[in-house]
Amino acid sequence: MPDFEVTDLGPADHLEAGEEVPDVTRPLVTDEFWENRSLSDVVADEGRTILVCTPMIGSFAAKYIYDELDERGWFDRADRIVGLTAATPYAVSSFLDDDELPFAIFADPANDVAESLGIANDLDGMAGISEPRVAVFGLESDLTIDSAWVSTEWPEFPPYDELESELGLE
Amino acid sequence: MEASATAASDAPITFYRLQACPYCERVARLLNEYDLEYRSRFVEPMHSRRDVVKRVAGVRTVPVVVDENTGVTMAESANIVDYLESTYGEGQTAGGDD
Repeated sequence: MPDFEVTDLGPADHLEAGEEVPDVTRPLVTDEFWENRSLSDVVADEGRTILVCTPMIGSFAAKYIYDELDERGWFDRADRIVGLTAATPYAVSSFLDDDELPFAIFADPANDVAESLGIANDLDGMAGISEPRVAVFGLESDLTIDSAWVSTEWPEFPPYDELESELGLE
Repeated sequence: MEASATAASDAPITFYRLQACPYCERVARLLNEYDLEYRSRFVEPMHSRRDVVKRVAGVRTVPVVVDENTGVTMAESANIVDYLESTYGEGQTAGGDD
């Protein structure tokens, strides 16, 4: 048995496949700029979209996940990958620039989007900080969820191989 | 103010701006006054991190306005103000520096 503790978050009461994600507008951040984009706008432009949710930028979880997605070439293998995190646009933009990552990430410091998806997690021991659980959703072009994976432990990383076949990223 | 919050990504005017930059706010005020639909793109404070503005307008200063209605791309607030007034408003006022 390992002598460290993985925290059990328990199952989230999150949106499931078949349900529709509420349409929201938030700053979509790249390494160069940020602008208002709505989720419906993104899926309308790009078709099927994979929404990758992570804790705050700055956390090792967010870094590991984006580095892994970059290494696996998800950006090139999916129609569209879009991130969601509870961090400021400045933090997100610097992260993408520093790590030379090709992704675009919705910045939602208030964490309302994660709340509406049912994946908000209050950071233990830190007042007033709520952030998304690690989660990956496949969204059809009408915002219907066709695939949902949400972490139940902390830390826990997406089952990349499984998700790649479920999301059709072969 | 609401224009930037609600504008679709196909708004004809793209406005590159820096948070709290007074020269940018001046342009924003005019865009709103003329009720023009625009999308805001906030850029980084460091000039070295403004490659997108350099590509679009050839400079690293903001504000920059790209107006698809007319095909005009313009930098420097004084020029932009003159342009907006002559294109969408009446009368003219002197501008300022970025």
